Amino acid sequence: MDLFTIIFYVFALLTLVSASVVVFSRNIVRSAFSLLFTFFGVAGLYVLLMADFLAITQLMIYVGGILVLVIFGVMLTSRQINVDAKTGTVQTLPAVLIVAAIAGTLVGMFLSTDWPRTGTLPETISSGAKIGDLLLTSYLLPFEIASVVLLVALIGAAMIARRDKKT
Amino acid sequence: MNDIITGVINFLRTPGLTHFLIISALLFSMGIFAILTRRNAVMVLMGIELVLNAANINFIAFSRYSTGTFDGQVISIFVIILAAAEAAIALAIVLNIYQNFNTVNVDEINQLKD
Repeated sequence: MDLFTIIFYVFALLTLVSASVVVFSRNIVRSAFSLLFTFFGVAGLYVLLMADFLAITQLMIYVGGILVLVIFGVMLTSRQINVDAKTGTVQTLPAVLIVAAIAGTLVGMFLSTDWPRTGTLPETISSGAKIGDLLLTSYLLPFEIASVVLLVALIGAAMIARRDKKT
Repeated sequence: MNDIITGVINFLRTPGLTHFLIISALLFSMGIFAILTRRNAVMVLMGIELVLNAANINFIAFSRYSTGTFDGQVISIFVIILAAAEAAIALAIVLNIYQNFNTVNVDEINQLKD
């Protein structure tokens, strides 16, 4: 057991346990806060996969942005605190069957496939500079399109959320 | 039988590409389960975030172990950007639905306009 293995299992366990709390908890506030730990665990896995820039991005955007939005959504749409914070589930049995089929297929495929390995990332390399290079050369057009999409989406979200009932 | 057990133990002791892929598969399945079963629209959104995170783990794992280039990481940046845009729009729509219908349960919302 080297350090990599131990850290991998710690973050894997953190991710999967908190994700199952997100999915199976009856209390939506508890789900929203477990999502925080899921995102932390995934960020840890990113660090193990040599994606330090992605890990920081994950923390800043998911934890700092999306999670705050989700918690705002929870707070603004629960009728009263502690009264209607619980949420029901529908169609549990068909969903369990479908999800078991999906999970079995995916895990079986991942275990049985011999993936091509044309190279691995070097152990000591900073990903930030390389990602910046790629964003301004090979991926310049998608980068610009993504920035416009983000701008349009945020303006649209503000418009939709602020619209008066009368108009 | 002993061969199988030692094989499993050896598999568990050396985390590699397959381990990350299995974690992402489990995360993906849990996200799908949340999307399928939850009635609250905000919970459905959380399920979508789990699915997107699972896809990101796959991209980065393949970038690390299979291709050795940074293209997977760049693509997962785009996934994160689109997830942020999607969350903002979807929560705005959820707030609007809550103002109009006074509920966010997706099985009770069956009208396009009131």
